[in-house]
Amino acid sequence: MPETPTTPSGAYPSTPHGPQSPPARLPVPPPRAAPLRRRPRPEPRHRVGECDSPVSPFPGLPRFRFADSWLFLGVRQIGDSTARGVTLRAAGSGRSDFSCATKASEDHSGLTRQLLDFQHDTVDETDGGYDPFSQLKERFTDFKQRNYVENFTNYQKLAEQQTPEFMVVACADSRVCPTSILGLQPGDAFTVRNVANLVPPYEHGASETTAALEFAVNSLQVPNVLVVGHSRCGGIQALMSMKSKKDDRSSRTFIRDWVSLGKSARLSTEAAAGNLSFESQCRHCEKESINSSLLNLLTYPWIEERVKEGNLNLHGGYYNFIDCTFEKWTLVYRPGLEGGSKYAIKNRSTWS
Amino acid sequence: MDPAVERLKTGFEKFKTEVYDQKPDLFEPLKAHQSPKYMVFACADSRVCPSVTLGLEPGEAFTVRNIAAMVPCYCKNKHTGVGSAIEYAVCALKVEFIVVIGHSRCGGIKALLNLKDGADDTFHFVEDWVRIGYPARKKVKDECSEMPFEEQCGVLEKEAVNVSLQNLSTYPFVKEAVANGTLKLVGGHYDFVSGKFDTWAL
Repeated sequence: MPETPTTPSGAYPSTPHGPQSPPARLPVPPPRAAPLRRRPRPEPRHRVGECDSPVSPFPGLPRFRFADSWLFLGVRQIGDSTARGVTLRAAGSGRSDFSCATKASEDHSGLTRQLLDFQHDTVDETDGGYDPFSQLKERFTDFKQRNYVENFTNYQKLAEQQTPEFMVVACADSRVCPTSILGLQPGDAFTVRNVANLVPPYEHGASETTAALEFAVNSLQVPNVLVVGHSRCGGIQALMSMKSKKDDRSSRTFIRDWVSLGKSARLSTEAAAGNLSFESQCRHCEKESINSSLLNLLTYPWIEERVKEGNLNLHGGYYNFIDCTFEKWTLVYRPGLEGGSKYAIKNRSTWS
Repeated sequence: MDPAVERLKTGFEKFKTEVYDQKPDLFEPLKAHQSPKYMVFACADSRVCPSVTLGLEPGEAFTVRNIAAMVPCYCKNKHTGVGSAIEYAVCALKVEFIVVIGHSRCGGIKALLNLKDGADDTFHFVEDWVRIGYPARKKVKDECSEMPFEEQCGVLEKEAVNVSLQNLSTYPFVKEAVANGTLKLVGGHYDFVSGKFDTWAL
């Protein structure tokens, strides 16, 4: 990491921010259908950082500035950023509490739904600023009504325990959520997401991915691990762009240190596709890196053991969002095989 | 094909026909780049994908998922996985919000609360990871000792989020962006037993 706390430059693939076309905006939710009661405007809201909210859900604990629960209390202002002169407020709240308490655990057959004390004023957003949290609140309400209520029995079962079929390792990229792409339902997949969906080798030591692998395989006993890579991966691009500056401390960044875990994938890419364009090499490396991660999985003793016993399958997946295809394959591990490679690929197919 | 994998194929084909092909205006610009407004930390638990509970669309949230949605303190030589994600989100993607979301019945939080001082760890890596939340555990043990274990877990789920929010501020680039007013840190808690979602700011 740079010694001074400045923003590192030149360390990232050029991800244009402020693109030519504006970022996709969340759609404006429809106006509320149900009439809501009003109540007098309460005292002015506290600014962020003041800790004397009148009611703390955690008596005896130092009080934090709690914004209200969605569906329980109204969303108060979050992020009063006076430095920017912007006050972010949820439309329709920000002044009082409103409770939309759907106590599913009390009566789920019809779901008790109480709309109390909702101040329906539309707050003037003095700068016309965008409030993502009111949008997210609407989204959660939509999820609650459309998904949670309909699947309430399933959620109550899941509340007791999870028994996922998969552990998924996917990239943190906003475009490649594996739940969305693969239609995973709650309870299906214990999912880790990190930069470039990398699995470090066992000798790397402690990491969040390592801890998750240990829990998923040893405690949850998932029968499948799926490593999912994707097209246009910024982390892989960073790996392929790295100049070899082993001893140059000033070029160290977290990103550089982390994506270096994929260096064997870079080496095999350069060997196999070094004559191709940089973009093609990145494409190649995205897939090589998945295989490198699959092989790294086998460096974990408890994983190798379960794979050998036939109790755990290791799969690779590659999501290409340019043409919307998903390629998947399964690693075959034959440690006792005489002559020839211990590793092979089977069941490769492309879904489109 | 393995039935479990067959299900993924069905899921993908449904995504392609019902989502991807129906929203070219959303997906076309995403082919070139992403510019998410949010960075989300959520638990790896199979029941709590934030894309589902918050209806996040592709392109909206750069999402890290790990056990108990924890963020360790800034350390140049450790936890490069989390560090790289925060660095990328804040410095390259310039997200405007970082949201850390805990949840009910979290196994990682339960493991944290179950830690016995001086005793051997049950796992090799899991306890080491959840110890990031140790300050929260101490606070709950000190101040909620009368509560039953399950209720203590419920409190710890939120206190651990607060520790993660505080740890986020130890990253120089996060601190700078928050001071500049270009980044906000928000805590969240999803209770799937009673269907609630809380948010707050430190």
